[in-house]
Amino acid sequence: MLLIHCPYCDETLPEAEFAYAGEAHIARPADPMALSDEEWRDFLFIRSNPRGTHYERWRHVHGCGRFFNAVRDTVSDRFVTTYRAGEPRPDLSASTGAAR
Amino acid sequence: MTAFRIPGKGRIDHARPVRFTFDGRVVEGRAGDTVASALLANGIHLMGRSFKYHRPRGAVTAGSEEPNALIRTARGRGRAEPNTRATMQEIHESLAAESQNRWPALAFDVGAINDGLYMLFSAGFYYKTFMWPRSFWDRVYEPLIRRAAGLGRAPTDPDPDLYASRNLHCDVLVVGGGPAGLAAALAAARTGAEVVLVDEQAEIGGTLLSEPHLVIDGQPAWDWLAAALAELGAMPNVRLMPRTTAIGYYHQNMVGLCQRLTDHLADPPADAPRERLWRVRAGQVVLAQGAIEKPLVFDGNDRPGVMLSGAAQTFLHRFGVRVGRRAVVVTTHDSAWHTAFDLAAAGVRIAAIVDLRPGVDGALTARAAALGIEGLTGHTVTDTRGRLRVSGVRVNPVADGRVGPGRIVPCDALLMCGGWTPSLHLFSHTRGTLAWDEASGAFLPDRKTEACQIAGAGRGLWGVAAALEDGAKAGAEAAAAIGRATAPGTFAVQGDRPGTGLVVRELPTDADPGRAKAFVDFQNDVTAKDIRLAVREGMRSIEHVKRYTTTGMATDQGKLSNINGLMIAADALDRPAPEVGLTTFRPPYTPTSFGALAGYRRDGHFEVTRKTPIDPWAEAQGAVFEPVALWRRARYFPRPGEDMDAAVARECRAVRTGVGMFDASTLGKIEVVGPDAVTFLERMYTNPWAKLGVGRCRYGLLLGEDGFIRDDGVIGRLAPDRFHVTTTTGGAARVLSVMEDYLQTEWPDLDVWLTSTSEQWAVVAVQGPKARALLAPFVQGLDLSEAAFPHMSVAECTVAGFPARLFRVSFTGELGFEVNVPARHGRALWETLWQAGQAHGIAAYGTEAMHLLRAEKGFIIVGQDTDGTVTPQDAGLSWAIGKAKPDFVGKRSLVRPDIVAPGRKQLVGLLTEDPDVVLEEGAQIVADPRQPVPMRMIGHVTSSYRSGALGRSIALALVEGGHGRMGETLHVPMPGKTHAVRVTGVTFYDPEGARLKGEEVPA
Ligand SMILES: [Zn+2]
Repeated sequence: MLLIHCPYCDETLPEAEFAYAGEAHIARPADPMALSDEEWRDFLFIRSNPRGTHYERWRHVHGCGRFFNAVRDTVSDRFVTTYRAGEPRPDLSASTGAAR
Repeated sequence: MTAFRIPGKGRIDHARPVRFTFDGRVVEGRAGDTVASALLANGIHLMGRSFKYHRPRGAVTAGSEEPNALIRTARGRGRAEPNTRATMQEIHESLAAESQNRWPALAFDVGAINDGLYMLFSAGFYYKTFMWPRSFWDRVYEPLIRRAAGLGRAPTDPDPDLYASRNLHCDVLVVGGGPAGLAAALAAARTGAEVVLVDEQAEIGGTLLSEPHLVIDGQPAWDWLAAALAELGAMPNVRLMPRTTAIGYYHQNMVGLCQRLTDHLADPPADAPRERLWRVRAGQVVLAQGAIEKPLVFDGNDRPGVMLSGAAQTFLHRFGVRVGRRAVVVTTHDSAWHTAFDLAAAGVRIAAIVDLRPGVDGALTARAAALGIEGLTGHTVTDTRGRLRVSGVRVNPVADGRVGPGRIVPCDALLMCGGWTPSLHLFSHTRGTLAWDEASGAFLPDRKTEACQIAGAGRGLWGVAAALEDGAKAGAEAAAAIGRATAPGTFAVQGDRPGTGLVVRELPTDADPGRAKAFVDFQNDVTAKDIRLAVREGMRSIEHVKRYTTTGMATDQGKLSNINGLMIAADALDRPAPEVGLTTFRPPYTPTSFGALAGYRRDGHFEVTRKTPIDPWAEAQGAVFEPVALWRRARYFPRPGEDMDAAVARECRAVRTGVGMFDASTLGKIEVVGPDAVTFLERMYTNPWAKLGVGRCRYGLLLGEDGFIRDDGVIGRLAPDRFHVTTTTGGAARVLSVMEDYLQTEWPDLDVWLTSTSEQWAVVAVQGPKARALLAPFVQGLDLSEAAFPHMSVAECTVAGFPARLFRVSFTGELGFEVNVPARHGRALWETLWQAGQAHGIAAYGTEAMHLLRAEKGFIIVGQDTDGTVTPQDAGLSWAIGKAKPDFVGKRSLVRPDIVAPGRKQLVGLLTEDPDVVLEEGAQIVADPRQPVPMRMIGHVTSSYRSGALGRSIALALVEGGHGRMGETLHVPMPGKTHAVRVTGVTFYDPEGARLKGEEVPA
C-alpha cells in the first residue's frame, strides 16, 4: 500500500484514504461548444498514458475531501511529489524521489 | 523409541510422546516434531502422490518449500485444510493427517495409470490433446482430468475459525531468524531501535538449529542461540515472532506477515484466532531469508527416500531422526559432504558420496576416506531403483564428457545437493532486480527499490561466520539509516563449513534422455524432457516455457525448480542463463489461507449494511428486504399467505386507489448553498434553474461530459441561495464527488458549499388519491390545496409536530408527497401516519411496487433503464435539457457525431402480443425471428412487470432506432418460445397526468 502526502492536510497517509481521479492538467475548455469534434474528442478521451512520469489527480476522500495533483512514476508506482490543485506542474529537476 | 529416532538427539522433547493419525493409523512422535519428522522417525517416507502422474512421493525438504509431502490436516471440530506441508505442520494429539491424490490407498493408487500414459501427458498436453473434438472437453476430458489430477480436496463447510489482523509500525523488520537475521536484530536492537524479528519456523534459529557442532564466540551454537534469544527477548523494543511468515513485500516497506497461532495446539482456546495477518510498515527491512537447496535432475530423482541433503541434516540435528540406514549422497556442492559426515557420525551407513566434480577439496575426500566412505568424484547418477521407497541408485563414472558403465549401489536414502539458491522472493516482490553471479552460480540482488538490506546467504555468502558478520552489518546499516549509528560486532566461529559448488543442468547419463523421468518441478510433474520439448516446439521466453510446461506454477512457486528449469531451458535455447532470465515471483511467499486474508471481513462484517430509521418497523412487519447499494431496503410487505406477486399487486392497488406509504429515506440528498448555488446547478445539471422560483422543484438530469446519463433526482429551491438536491440511492456519494470535483478544480471561483444530508433526513413518501386527505390534518403552517401547493412544490413546515421539508412530488403518477423530517423523528412520523392511514386503507409498499408503479408511468431508473451509454435523447428526456443554456456538463457531447447518428438504442415501451407473458429483464430483441443463428440483436428489455392497473404485462426496452419504430412488431427469444411484442411509448398509465391532482379524479 502506497503512502500519499496530502498537500492540504500536510500529512503522509495510507493509500486507502485516497481515491484516484484521472490525469491532471486537463482543464475543462471555457467554451466547449466552440470546440471542433476532434478537439472535444481529445479532451474527453485522449490521455497521455506514459511509461514513467505521470501527472495525475487524487482526492483525499476519507480525509479533507480535497482534490490535488501528484506526480507518480507509472513503472515503480512511486509518488514523486504532490501539490495543490491549480498550481503549475512542479519543476522535477531538483527532485530526488523520482524512481526510474 | 523407533528405529530411526536417535535417543537424546535433536531439539524435540524425548520425554513427551505425542500421538496423531496418518491415514487413520496412529503414529507416535515427540513434542517438537513436524508430521514429516515424526513419519520419518517411524520409517515412513511415502507421504503423498504427485499431481499429474500420481507417482509415490516423500518429503524432499524439511521446510516451507516442500513440494511433495502435502497432506490434508483435520483439527477436530470440523476443521480441515488441504495441501498442508507435512514439513511445516507441528504434531499434536488432536491432529488427523491424511495423504492426498490417492485412491483407494496411498500404497496402491489407481490414478497412477497416468504414469504409464507418460508420453501422452507431456509438455503442453492440455493444449494438444484436448483441442479436438471440442465437445469432448466439457463432457469427457475435463471431468476426467479433474478427478484424476488436482491437489487435495477443499473443505465444504464454512470455516468456523477466527482470523485476526493488526497493523504494526517498527524501525527495523528482520525477516528470517537464522544467523544473519539474529545478528541483524541484535545490532539494530542494541541501538534502541524498535525491532521485529520474524521466522516461519516454530523455533527461531535457522541454520543454527541444524549445525549444533558450531562454536560461536566460545559457546556451542545452541547456547549462543539461547543467549541471543534471551537478550532479544528481554529488550522492550524487540518483538520476536516465530511461526510467522513474511508473505509479501509491498510498496514503501509494507510487509504482510501471516502468524500461525493455534494450528500447533491440541486444544486451542475457543476464542483464540487461528491466524493473524500483520500489516507492518517498517523504516528499514532486513531480508535474511537464507538460501534454498537445489535438487539434482536425474532419472528417478523423485522416489520416496530421495531428498535434499540439507533436509537430512535438519531431520538429524533438529529432530534426532535418521532418514535411512544406508544412504548414498549425490552432489555438486561441498555442503553435502558435511551432511554425509554428520550422518555417518550418527550411525547411518554412507554407501557412497557421488560428486560430479572431478576435483573436490582434498580435506573432504580425505575425511571421507578416514571414515571409510567411498568418495566417487567425477561420477554421476543415472537411475534409481525401488517403487514406494528408493532401494538403489545407478552410479556411473564420467570422464571427458563420456559416461562410463554403471553399477547399482543399494541404499534406502539418496541425498542430493545441486548447490544453493539465495531466497530472494520477497526482494523480487519489490521489483528489486537480480543479477547473475558467475562465481556463486546464482542470481544475487542487484538494484533495490525499497529501504532494505539483504544479508547472508540471501546475497550469496556461504557459511555461518559470513552470515553473522553480514547480518550484523545489515542491522547496523538499518539502524544508521533511521539515525541510530552503531558499529557492527564481530564473531569468532569455529567449525564453519562454507564450501563451494558447481551449477549443472541434468546430470550426465548413458541412458536415452528422451525416456528419463528426471523431475524438475516435483509437484507439477514437469521433467527436463518437458522443458526441452517446450523449447523445441517454439517457446522462446522463459514465461512461455513456464506456462506451457507448468514448471514453477505449483504451490511451492518453483522454490526448488526455477533455477534447474532455467538452466535446462537456457541450454535448449543455446543462450546464457542470465539472458533467458527468471520468471517473476509474486506474493504470497507460501500458500496463505483465505481466512487470514479476509480477517474480520466476513459475514455481517463483510461490508456495511446501512439501515434507515424506519427499517426496524419494516422488520417488525415481516418485510422482505433487498440490498440497494449498501442499504437494505424493504422490497415488499407480505401478509400471511402472500407471495411476492400477490403482495406487490395489493401494495400497488392501494397506491392507485387509496394511499400507500414508502420509506424513501435512502435517496441521496445534497444541500447546495451559497450566492452562486444557482449558477453551479445551471452548469452541473441539464435543466434550467435560474427561473425556478423559491418553493418550487424540478426534475434534474445529470450527465457526464460524454453526454451519457449519470444520475437524476428532484431538486427543490428553498431560498434564492439554497437548494435541496436529491440523487439516486446508489449515486449519492458519486454525485457529491463529481460536484466537489467541478467546484474545487474547474470553478473554484464559485461561492458554493456542498453538504451531504442523505442520513440527516428520513423521508416518508405518501402516494395515492387519498394522500392529501391523510396528510393534511398533520401539516401546520402550509396550505396543501391544489392551488396553494401544486405538483412540484416544496415548503418548510411542521408535520405531526416535527420540523419538515415537504415536497409535492410523484414517482408513481398519483398525487404524492414526500415528507422529510430529521432522521431521529422518522420512525415516529411513519408510525403516526401509519395509524392515521388505517382509516384510509393504507398499505406500506416496498421497492418492488415502487419499481412497478414508476414503470407504468415510464419513469426511468438510472442504472436499470440506462447503462452509461444512454443520452437524454435516447431516453426520451430531451424536454429536460435547457436548450437556451450556453453550457452544462455534457452539453457539447450531445452534438457529437456518434450521438446524433441514426440507429442509436432508444428507450421504448413493449407490449407483448400475449398479455400474460412477462418478458425477462435483459432478454435480447430481434427484428426477424426466422433469421439464421446467430441472430442480429437490436436491443434488450430493461424493465418488465405484470401491471395490475393495466391488467397485462408491460416492459421498457432499449431498441436501435426505437423512437422511429412505434407500432412495429419485434421479437424477444426466450427459453422455450419467441414472443412477439409491439413497440409503444413508455407511458402506459394515465398518459395525460390527470391523476397527479388526486382525489378530484375518480379512482
Ligand atoms: Zn487532506
